[in-house]
Amino acid sequence: MKIMVPVKRVVDHHVKARVKADGSGVELDNVKMALNPFCEIAVEQAIRLKESGEATEVVAVSVGDQKCQEQLRTALAMGADKAIHVEADNVSDSLLVAKLLAKLVEREKPRLLILGKQAIDSDNNQTGQMLAALTGMAQGTFASDIQIDAEQLTVTREIDGGLQTLRLTLPAVVTTDLRLNEPRYASLPNIMKAKRKPLEKITAGDLGVSLESKLKVLAVESPPERQAGIKVGSVGELVHKLKTEAKVI
Amino acid sequence: MTTLVIAEHDNKELKGATLNALAAATKIGADIDLLVMGVDCATVVTAAQNVSGVSRVLVADHGCYGEQLAENVALLVAELGVDYRHVLAPATTHGKNVMPRVAALLDVSQISEIIDVLSVDTFKRPIYAGNAIATVQSDDRVKVITVRCSSFDAVAQADSVSASVVVLPQQHDAGLSVFVSASLAVSDRPELTDAKVVISGGRGLQNGDNFSLIYAVADKLNAAVGASRAAVDAGFVPNDMQVGQTGKIVSPDLYIAVGISGAIQHLAGMKDSKVIVAINNDEEAPIFQIADYGLVADLFTALPELESVL
Ligand SMILES: Cc1cc2nc3c(=O)[nH]c(=O)nc-3n(C[C@H](O)[C@H](O)[C@H](O)COP(=O)(O)OP(=O)(O)OC[C@H]3O[C@@H](n4cnc5c(N)ncnc54)[C@H](O)[C@@H]3O)c2cc1C
Ligand SMILES: Nc1ncnc2c1ncn2[C@@H]1O[C@H](COP(=O)(O)O)[C@@H](O)[C@H]1O
Repeated sequence: MKIMVPVKRVVDHHVKARVKADGSGVELDNVKMALNPFCEIAVEQAIRLKESGEATEVVAVSVGDQKCQEQLRTALAMGADKAIHVEADNVSDSLLVAKLLAKLVEREKPRLLILGKQAIDSDNNQTGQMLAALTGMAQGTFASDIQIDAEQLTVTREIDGGLQTLRLTLPAVVTTDLRLNEPRYASLPNIMKAKRKPLEKITAGDLGVSLESKLKVLAVESPPERQAGIKVGSVGELVHKLKTEAKVI
Repeated sequence: MTTLVIAEHDNKELKGATLNALAAATKIGADIDLLVMGVDCATVVTAAQNVSGVSRVLVADHGCYGEQLAENVALLVAELGVDYRHVLAPATTHGKNVMPRVAALLDVSQISEIIDVLSVDTFKRPIYAGNAIATVQSDDRVKVITVRCSSFDAVAQADSVSASVVVLPQQHDAGLSVFVSASLAVSDRPELTDAKVVISGGRGLQNGDNFSLIYAVADKLNAAVGASRAAVDAGFVPNDMQVGQTGKIVSPDLYIAVGISGAIQHLAGMKDSKVIVAINNDEEAPIFQIADYGLVADLFTALPELESVL
């Protein structure tokens, strides 16, 4: 079974994003970039399925500019077998990403696709579900556990009320939630080995997908800043202030 | 020009999140149809008819929609959606699961988690864990949108039935997925996303048993109980209690963070609360930078004391 894992390059999750002074977007110059944390979990899951003998090959894919090859190398260093870089500039519209990925699915014919549930830059939470629709596959979003047998996938999902378990027909799309696994760090020897693993580059044009988006970002602004309030000296003082000053209890 | 809103329900009860999504629909300004997909969901339909601002309630009451599986319901919403200008759902896990599938079937982009409606085609939404707010404009013929519930005040429920009911015969069963089981939290406490007061615990609580200290205070305040990701990951409490960028978004009148450091991802889920209290024994904890009232104290003495004076 071949598994495809789409991964996104994003601002590192430790960095607090800052809006550019001209309101055109978020400052990305000299900002630490990383593999989207949910994509790390996706790569980890795919590798575990390979290690347990359920998968034969793990293909990592990223849509983006030249620099996203760094994140593909990270996926390779974690244990993916090969990588595909789809060169494209604007990847903020998940529909376009899903369309590109759907074309690659036609070509690569994976039996399982594992994506992150959400890119922590756009906070879209769309691509996996869109990809499932475009390929006519079942979807198991926000997964905290997956089990595979021959024709089916059992997935446990984190939902607002608790957990839900579904059985999906393969091929299927899964998106990861935080509790699915704890991703490994790539070891130095594996980082070295990853440099020699195959990385194919293609363009959106090669896949016959137009990159025109119907979504326009008109402006990006900072949210209202919250100011630090006061420190209270005791529980008694806290309760008194909440009753008489804030009037919330 | 009409707007279609997807009702959130469990076949018995219309969920409050629907009323927040309807508020966003009201701001868009067109007539509103509310779609109820489920099985044996007559009580939901009656409740839906009573919601102010709804012109028609569309009802698809069929076995194939019983568990509201994305593969099945998306086919119906996409089929209906072509005749609407806007299709909205609350940004619950259900809305997040289904709506992008609908959007792709309609070949349109999706606008996730809007926090404001500026015009029929222009919306505001948070990005980067709420550290930036984007104003986005859509040229798509149908705008598929999820609504951040905490940003829109619920529309009212009227006493008398006003909306008419349209029964839909379509039964779409994609045959791709089957419901196996659910394990849902049962609690008499207020819902995290509706509560006026929320008290959350973090890694500082050390284990699940110690959350009883949080629950004791919650009982006094009629508060909902939340948690940080660290507390959920460590197994202290279940996943549905996670507040944050990738959990639930809350904006109560009072939010009390106990033993929570204040990571960007946690703040994203609670920084629109009216009043924030932080209890933490590390005076450098980042949570104090956004707290209205900070108490530097050991939670194991502060929580019992708080319970006793309330
Ligand atoms: C992709 C991604 C998504 C994420 N999504 C979320 C999310 O949705 N929600 C979320 O919360 N986090 C999320 N996180 C995790 C986030 O980055 C932090 O790791 C997490 O919020 C930390 O939880 P915490 O504050 O409980 O733990 P810590 O950061 O370990 O803080 C514990 C705090 O407890 C205090 N403390 C310890 N003992 C005591 C005591 N006896 N009395 C008083 N105070 C005490 C300490 O001083 C410390 O400040 C996400 C991270 C990633 C990478
Ligand atoms: N540019 C991209 N290249 C590859 N995969 C992506 C890209 N954007 C999003 N994805 C995948 O889709 C998931 C969800 O992203 P999003 O829908 O943008 O929140 C990510 O975790 C990735 O697995």
